[in-house]
Amino acid sequence: MATAWRRRSAAYLLVLPVVLWLAVFFVVPFFVRFSLSLQTGDLVSGFRQTFHWSVYPNLLSAYHDQLVRSVWYAGAATIATILLGYPAAYWIAFYGGRRKSTYLFLLLLPFFVTFVLRTVAWQFLLGDNGLLLGPLHDHHVVSAGFHVLATSWAVIGGLAYNYLPFTVLPIYVALERIDRRLIEAAADLYAARTATFLRIVLPLSIPGVFAAVLLTFVPATTDYVEAAILGGPGQTMIGNIIQTLYLTNADYPGASALSVVVTGALLVFVLLYARVLGTRDVFRVTAA
Amino acid sequence: MTAVTVREETRPVTRTARRRRRWRGLGLRLYTLGVLAWLMLPIAIIILFGFNNVHGRFNYRWQGFTLRWYRHPFDIPDLTTALVNSLTIACIVTAISVVMGTLAGFALGRWRFLGSRAVELTLFAVIAASEIAMATGLLSLFISLGVPRGYWTIVISQVTFDVAYVAVTVQARMAAFDRSLEEAARDLGAGPLVTFARVTLPMLLPGIIAGALLAFALSIDDFVITQFNAGKTLTFPLWVYGATRLGIPPEVNVLGTMIFVGGVLLAAGGVVVQRIRR
Repeated sequence: MATAWRRRSAAYLLVLPVVLWLAVFFVVPFFVRFSLSLQTGDLVSGFRQTFHWSVYPNLLSAYHDQLVRSVWYAGAATIATILLGYPAAYWIAFYGGRRKSTYLFLLLLPFFVTFVLRTVAWQFLLGDNGLLLGPLHDHHVVSAGFHVLATSWAVIGGLAYNYLPFTVLPIYVALERIDRRLIEAAADLYAARTATFLRIVLPLSIPGVFAAVLLTFVPATTDYVEAAILGGPGQTMIGNIIQTLYLTNADYPGASALSVVVTGALLVFVLLYARVLGTRDVFRVTAA
Repeated sequence: MTAVTVREETRPVTRTARRRRRWRGLGLRLYTLGVLAWLMLPIAIIILFGFNNVHGRFNYRWQGFTLRWYRHPFDIPDLTTALVNSLTIACIVTAISVVMGTLAGFALGRWRFLGSRAVELTLFAVIAASEIAMATGLLSLFISLGVPRGYWTIVISQVTFDVAYVAVTVQARMAAFDRSLEEAARDLGAGPLVTFARVTLPMLLPGIIAGALLAFALSIDDFVITQFNAGKTLTFPLWVYGATRLGIPPEVNVLGTMIFVGGVLLAAGGVVVQRIRR
C-alpha cells in the first residue's frame, strides 16, 4: 500500500508542471476571453465589465459572410486534400516497400520551409506576372483578364496545399495498421480488387479519414494567412477579421466575442470527436 | 507466410494479370510522385530565387544566376534580428517544453491515475484546437493582466503548444516500453536511480529526441500564435509576412533556404541517432 501511494504521488508530481502550465495558459484564457468579450471601453479610458450581451448578435450579423465563407473554404479544402491525399497515402502504405520512410520524409519536407514563405512562393507562381501565369499572359494563352490570385480558388488551393500532409499522414497511419492477412483472405475468397478495397480497406481506414478531417478542417477554418497572401478583399476569412479587430483596431471586446464564438464551436467539435472516436488516432499521427 | 505460398500454388498468377497489376501500381506511383512534386514546387522556387540576380524590388522573374545574396545574407539588420529572435526563442521554448513534457509523458505512459484521462484530453485539445483559439486566449489573458507583449510572451505562448507535442511523443514511446528490462535491472541489484539512468532513460531517449526536434520545428515555424502575442518583437515568419506587400527581398530566400537545409540536416541527424541507438 505504501508503495502504491508513493507511486501515485510520483505520477502527480511529474505531471504537475504541465498541468499547472496548461491550466494557466490554456484553460484559464478561455474564461478570461469570455469575460473580456463582455467588457466595454477603449484603450485610453480602460475596460469595464458591463455584460453587454448584444455584442454577440451584432457581430454575428456583421460578419455573417466571413463566417460562412470560412466554413465553405475549409470544407472545400478538406474534401480536396482527402481526395488528393488518399491515393497517395494508399500507394505509400501498400506499395512503398523499403522506401516508405523516404516518401514520408518527402511528405514532411515542406514543414522545414516557413509556412508563410511557402504561401508567398505560391504568390510568386500564381501572380499575374508570376512564373506560371506571366508567360501564359505574354503569349496570350490565357486572356489578360484571367487571374488566379484574389479568387476563392487561390485561397482554397493554398489551404489544400498547406494542409495536405496533415491529411495524408493520419490516412497513411490507418492504412499501415491494416492486417495484410485480411486482404489475402479476401483474395482467397475470390473477392475482386474493387470489392476488397470497398469492403475491407476503405472501412478500416475510416478512422484515419476522420482524424484527417479534424486535423485539416479545424485549423483551416480559422487560418488567415492564405486569405491574406493569396486572396483579395473578397476572400476575407473570419481569422482575418479576428486578427484585425485584436491587433489593428484594438477592439478587444469585439475581437474576443468573435473568437469565443468561433473557438467555442470548434472546441465543441474537437471534444465531440474525442468523446466519440477517442484520442488514439490523432496521438498516433503525432508519434509517427 | 504459409498463406502466401498456399495462394501462389492454388491460384497461379497469369502473365496478363501480373502485367495489369504492375500497371495499376505504376499509375498510382506516378500519381503519388506527382503529389510529392506539387508539395516540393514552392520549396524549389524559394531556393532557386535565392540565386536570382534581381534588380529592383520584385523578385518575381528570373534574371540570371548570382551568388551575391549568399555573400551578404545578413545585410538587412531587422531581418537578421528577427532570425536571431526565432532561433533563440526556439532554443528556450524547446528546452522548457522538453523538460516539462518528458516528465508528464513519462508519468502518463507508465501509470493510470485519477485525472490522467483529463490530462490526456487537455493535451488532445491543445493539439487539435486551432491556433487562433490559443492565440486569442493568451492575448486576452495578457491584455487583462496588463502584461506588455514581446519576446517573453512569445516564449510562453509557444511552450503552451510545444509541451503537449513533447508529452504525447514521449508518452507513446513510454507505452511501448518493455517493463521487464527494468525488472531485470532491479533483479541484478541496480537501485531505482541506476535503473532509471542506465535502462529507462536510454530507452526513452529516441522519444525525447523526436519530441525535441518536433518542438523546435514547430516553434521556429509558428506564425499565428506568435503574431498575436509578439507585440513589436519580430520573428522570421513575422518579418516575411510584413514584407509580402512590399515584395520579398532575395535575402529572405537565402535565409529560408538556410533554415530548410538546417532543419533537414537536424531531422536526418535525429533519425541516424535513433538508428544507432536501436
